Amino acid sequence: MPLATATPQAGFGGQVVEEVRVGERRTLDRQRFSRLFEALAGAGYSIVGPTVRDGAIVYDQIRSVEDLPIGWTDRQSGGSYRLERRGDAALFGYTVGPSSWKKYLFPARERLWTATRIGDSFTVRPEPVEPTRLAFFGMRACELSALAVTDRVFAGGPVTDPGYRTRRSSILRIAVQCGQAGGTCFCVSMGTGPGVRDGADLVLTEILDAGPHRFLLEPRTEEGAAVLSRIASELVPAAAGEARIAEAIVARTAASMGRTMEATGLRELLRENLEHPRWQLVAARCLSCTNCTMVCPTCFCSAQEEVPDLDVTKVERWRRWDSCFNLAFTELHGASVRKTGLSRYRQWLTHKLGTWHDQFGTSGCVGCGRCITWCPVGIDLTEEIGAIRAGPGPAAAPGGKP
Amino acid sequence: MPAPLRPRLAVWKFASCDGCQLSVLDLEDDLLAIADRLEIANFREASSAVVDGPYDLSLVEGSVTTPEDARRIREVRAESRVLVTIGACATAGGIQSLRNFAEFEEFRRAVYARPEYLDTLATSTPIADHVPVDFELRGCPISKHQLLEVVSAFLQGRSPNTPNESVCIECKRRGTVCVLVARGTPCLGPVTQAGCGAICPAFDRGCYGCFGPQGSPNIPSMVGRLHELGMTPGAVQRVFRTYNAMAPAFKGAADAAGAEKGTEP
Ligand code: SF4
Ligand code: SF4
Ligand code: SF4
Ligand code: SF4
Repeated sequence: MPLATATPQAGFGGQVVEEVRVGERRTLDRQRFSRLFEALAGAGYSIVGPTVRDGAIVYDQIRSVEDLPIGWTDRQSGGSYRLERRGDAALFGYTVGPSSWKKYLFPARERLWTATRIGDSFTVRPEPVEPTRLAFFGMRACELSALAVTDRVFAGGPVTDPGYRTRRSSILRIAVQCGQAGGTCFCVSMGTGPGVRDGADLVLTEILDAGPHRFLLEPRTEEGAAVLSRIASELVPAAAGEARIAEAIVARTAASMGRTMEATGLRELLRENLEHPRWQLVAARCLSCTNCTMVCPTCFCSAQEEVPDLDVTKVERWRRWDSCFNLAFTELHGASVRKTGLSRYRQWLTHKLGTWHDQFGTSGCVGCGRCITWCPVGIDLTEEIGAIRAGPGPAAAPGGKP
Repeated sequence: MPAPLRPRLAVWKFASCDGCQLSVLDLEDDLLAIADRLEIANFREASSAVVDGPYDLSLVEGSVTTPEDARRIREVRAESRVLVTIGACATAGGIQSLRNFAEFEEFRRAVYARPEYLDTLATSTPIADHVPVDFELRGCPISKHQLLEVVSAFLQGRSPNTPNESVCIECKRRGTVCVLVARGTPCLGPVTQAGCGAICPAFDRGCYGCFGPQGSPNIPSMVGRLHELGMTPGAVQRVFRTYNAMAPAFKGAADAAGAEKGTEP
């Protein structure tokens, strides 16, 4: 990567402004970090990012650095999440929480169209979707991979989702390389993190030691570079050693994953083990509560329903998040195809890790660990896969409780 | 031209707090729209003007707790084309069904100065224990949106869309942070049917199970988790014995916890 070279240019009003080019690394001081928020606002972006609410770090609208979870971290394990104070004032010293970015692209409830009866006929008006310039602030590597997965699902095939496409078209992806792994993270196993490879407009690495609290910034697209150009005077070209420090941070995170899962051959493993006794053990624990699918950044299932007014003169079609753990999900002619908890959990896991490959050419799992943490009984897919891999025969007793 | 005949609606009260009938009144503007399409023929909570049956749609609130109720519900059934129970009392016995698990005579004497004036049954039972029911609307109280859906469905000749999924899914759709996972607060959401909009977790409390068991509740696993969160068998028995105490899955959970409590040292 070439070292940054600032190119003076004649800007508006005759001022000299500098331009930051794609790939040029810069350093931004913690004291000046708020300027990044100003740059985003100046470029017309609304910012959504991590913030503390109700005992967790969630994604919501944020306006300034102070809205970030400064000095907070999370302790995660199967079925348990707790916020804790850090010993420092890190801005990104935690991993992913219960929300994922999919809610901004694929809303939990959405009206798709309205049909109005006129005499013997009717008209259909699709719900207009306005593209909003949203900056996803603080995306993790696993989440960029998840975004690539939902891009394929909603916008990669012959039939695409207009709402998703419209919303997605105006998103700025500001990534943060993880400085620590969470207790349920396993991006290394899934090949999705913690270092940011593709899919970001701008990549941040928070550096807490070896000098003042600062950030290494790397614009990866023109959009990312344009934001940095607005605050070019606040940035300094990154010193030669900074990139190595960032690499060391990522390597340290990679070495401290909370979970691991052997990902090769999962499709075949699952296909060959549909009657493995382990399914019965997990089904005995599974509540069919849907939490795993709700928090998963790639789960995309929805229910569509018509909501008529009393006289059926106007009918609205609504879409809401649905889940393969619901009985009604496979209801045909009044009865459910997957009646047992066993068949529903097996459907989820074999789709996520197996048949997803057949359908979309990729795994449905990016290793973020949300389904483990937010499962009320702490069911852990890495443990389930481990047990199935261990071979047939009497299943190992469920363990690994927090 | 004579006005077209509107289907006749009746609303009946059995042993209950009237809260679900209030949900009918709470429909406000929608109630006026309903009144255009249904003749509100018998609804004492709203009007003393009563038109005789038969009725096309009867909404029944409350449980059966007296011999007179047991007789009256058969009459109501006989003059109703479609009978829908509304609320936890009518559908699962209500909080008053706690008498089913206690010494009824002692209750009677403790509560009333002159118990001999009372003519009551020893049990509080759901309407469906007495007569065939066409549809059961859950909740303590019911959700007015679901009530409107039931009435719309009746008018349109289709089945109501009231999903039997868990409270958790509503909790997640509205973006509430899970109180069980993030705070260790016991919550019945995973085994409870949706419909309320996951109100309690949004106010930092666990779900109390007001809408009864979800479509496929896993009670043993839920109870195991409640124990891990520090609840004793006695406490587990109490949380499952509330408004839906007679719903089979919840009754089973409470009975099992009671048996466990009995064997506690
Ligand atoms: S899975 Fe990896 S990329 Fe995702 S939050 Fe954890 S460490 Fe970061
Ligand atoms: S399956 Fe679990 S670990 Fe994998 S992406 Fe979904 S929530 Fe994350
Ligand atoms: S695996 Fe866990 S989160 Fe998913 S449905 Fe089962 S109990 Fe709920
Ligand atoms: S708070 Fe309760 S209802 Fe909400 S997701 Fe958690 S367990 Fe389910």
